Amino acid sequence: MMQKGNKAKSKFKETWRRLKKSRTAMIGLCLLIFIILSALTAPLFFDYNTDALEQNILARFQTPNSAFPFGTDEFGRNVLARVVYGARISLVIGLVSCLICCSIGVLLGATAGYFGGFYENVVMRFADILMAIPSILLAIVIVSAFGVNLFNIIIAVGVATIPQYIRITRASVLTVVNQEYIEAARAVGASTPRIIFMHILPNCFAPIMVQATLRVATVIAEAASLSFLGLGVPAPTPEWGAMLAAGRAYMRDYAYLVMFPGLAIMLTILSLNLLGDGLRDALDPKLKK
Amino acid sequence: MDITGLVCDRQQENVMICAEEGREGAAANHLILEIKDLFVDYETDDGVVHAVNGMNMKLGRKQTLGLVGETGAGKTTTALSILRLVPNPPGVIKSGAILLDGQDVFALSEHDMRKLRGSFVSMIFQDPMTSLNPVITVGEQIAEVIREHQKLSKKEADEAALEMLEIVGIARDRFDDYPHQFSGGMKQRVIIAIALACSPKLLIADEPTTALDVTIQAQILEVMKGLKEKYDTSMIMITHDLGIVAEICDLVSVVYAGSVVEHGTLEEVFKHPCHPYTEGLFLSLPNINSRSEMLQPIPGLMPDPTEKYETCPFAPRCHYATEHCRKQLPAKHWFSSTHYAVCAGYDAPEFRLNRRSGQ
Repeated sequence: MMQKGNKAKSKFKETWRRLKKSRTAMIGLCLLIFIILSALTAPLFFDYNTDALEQNILARFQTPNSAFPFGTDEFGRNVLARVVYGARISLVIGLVSCLICCSIGVLLGATAGYFGGFYENVVMRFADILMAIPSILLAIVIVSAFGVNLFNIIIAVGVATIPQYIRITRASVLTVVNQEYIEAARAVGASTPRIIFMHILPNCFAPIMVQATLRVATVIAEAASLSFLGLGVPAPTPEWGAMLAAGRAYMRDYAYLVMFPGLAIMLTILSLNLLGDGLRDALDPKLKK
Repeated sequence: MDITGLVCDRQQENVMICAEEGREGAAANHLILEIKDLFVDYETDDGVVHAVNGMNMKLGRKQTLGLVGETGAGKTTTALSILRLVPNPPGVIKSGAILLDGQDVFALSEHDMRKLRGSFVSMIFQDPMTSLNPVITVGEQIAEVIREHQKLSKKEADEAALEMLEIVGIARDRFDDYPHQFSGGMKQRVIIAIALACSPKLLIADEPTTALDVTIQAQILEVMKGLKEKYDTSMIMITHDLGIVAEICDLVSVVYAGSVVEHGTLEEVFKHPCHPYTEGLFLSLPNINSRSEMLQPIPGLMPDPTEKYETCPFAPRCHYATEHCRKQLPAKHWFSSTHYAVCAGYDAPEFRLNRRSGQ
């Protein structure tokens, strides 16, 4: 019998407890929370139109000072305001594309792993084909074919991550599907959708979640790359990749123009990667104590 | 132990068969389960494995049948066939019929079959460590079955699940615990609770105590016995532990190479085993009275299941086998209205087992 004090802990609490022990994961989490908070509270400090969009030629190329901590760009816009508003775009792209593509990939991967046979073959070959195309090329093709807008960018940078989800989900479904408890679930009359979504998928949650966290980072980087190439969110919307591209021309004289958006991209991706690695360790049953 | 009285007389045998068939007609609607000439194959890339070869079984209300046999004899495959859960591919049910309460299982739609599983017939799997879903609380797993089969609200189902937990001897406040927080014996109790949550008419227990230590085995058997009485459930107990059979079963079927070789009441089979294989099973048990005595294992292995049998499959290992045995498939020989053995030896009127040991 268990002791009274050792009350039932949900899986979530257990994971959280172990995540807290990892210093790097906590640094990543704090960083991410900070970035999300600054994106959310941006309107409290800066007005989107006057600070981030309005041009003020007289104030152009001001190096960082007390009025403009990150300086101003070639049109005299406040770089700090643009970086902070840029976080909104990047995070939206990262999270939404991750959500959409993760759902698609997990659904395809889970059904492929569960049903097997011809269907599995079709899905997996589809994944292989997608993986064979360089992701940035795929994104460029999609954006140039369907036009530049936020939704298309979200899809374009996400599509390349779908096969990763398919493969990871299928692999973990395959390890779970032959477990006795799945057979037991069948033996008490659970329906197929119920078995897939209530019994199998929760057991595959850990690798998918780790993958999703890490993919948000690559998607953000990809979206920035697209903008850098001029295929991203149209100007003058503040977007980190686009800011990099614009600042590139002045890099020799005004390095801060590329430094701050670059730093923002780097820190966001770093925080997500740290968190993802920490999650992987925290969810690993072999490390359970 | 005297078995002379059991030597079969051919005339008598025919009478018995008639008697059996006559009774069968009258009692047909009391049968919870009837398996007729079931053949199940596993069609793998390396050949066809004949797992079940002409299995026959009858089980009445509240009866407990022990299914005894070596690993690979087709016990579990038979059990899975009843639930129509033989993995396909590679498993293929070749022929035969399974009637659950008179309903032909193979004629049911998948949807109707799903309704039967868990409500009319339930199964307890071998290893309690792996039969519970690790990410769902035990209470939820019990409640899920109840909700699946009975139109109850979540709250009512949870209440019913709490009651089930209590019935199998687990405190109510463990409802929200996860399987890894339970010991093996308690997990098996939870599994029993899941299996009996909808008070099924037939419970199939596939070696429910094999993975547990002996004290816990006794407890679990006690729980199962009690619940069986309480819910008027018939039970099939798959095991290779003859001790468990003796403790819990009314009827015994000894299975060899995918079919029943001897069947009778517990008393008949244990006191007067008539098939050489059954005798071999008993001889390979240690005898508490003569501790220095060597065990007498059955020599050899189960025959290759990829081959179809033209003759008695046990003959190559049988102490009593004669030329006669290697000529044709053995026939059923009845020793009483409930007891038969499938052995060609009894074609000779003076044939009897001589119980080689000192018992």
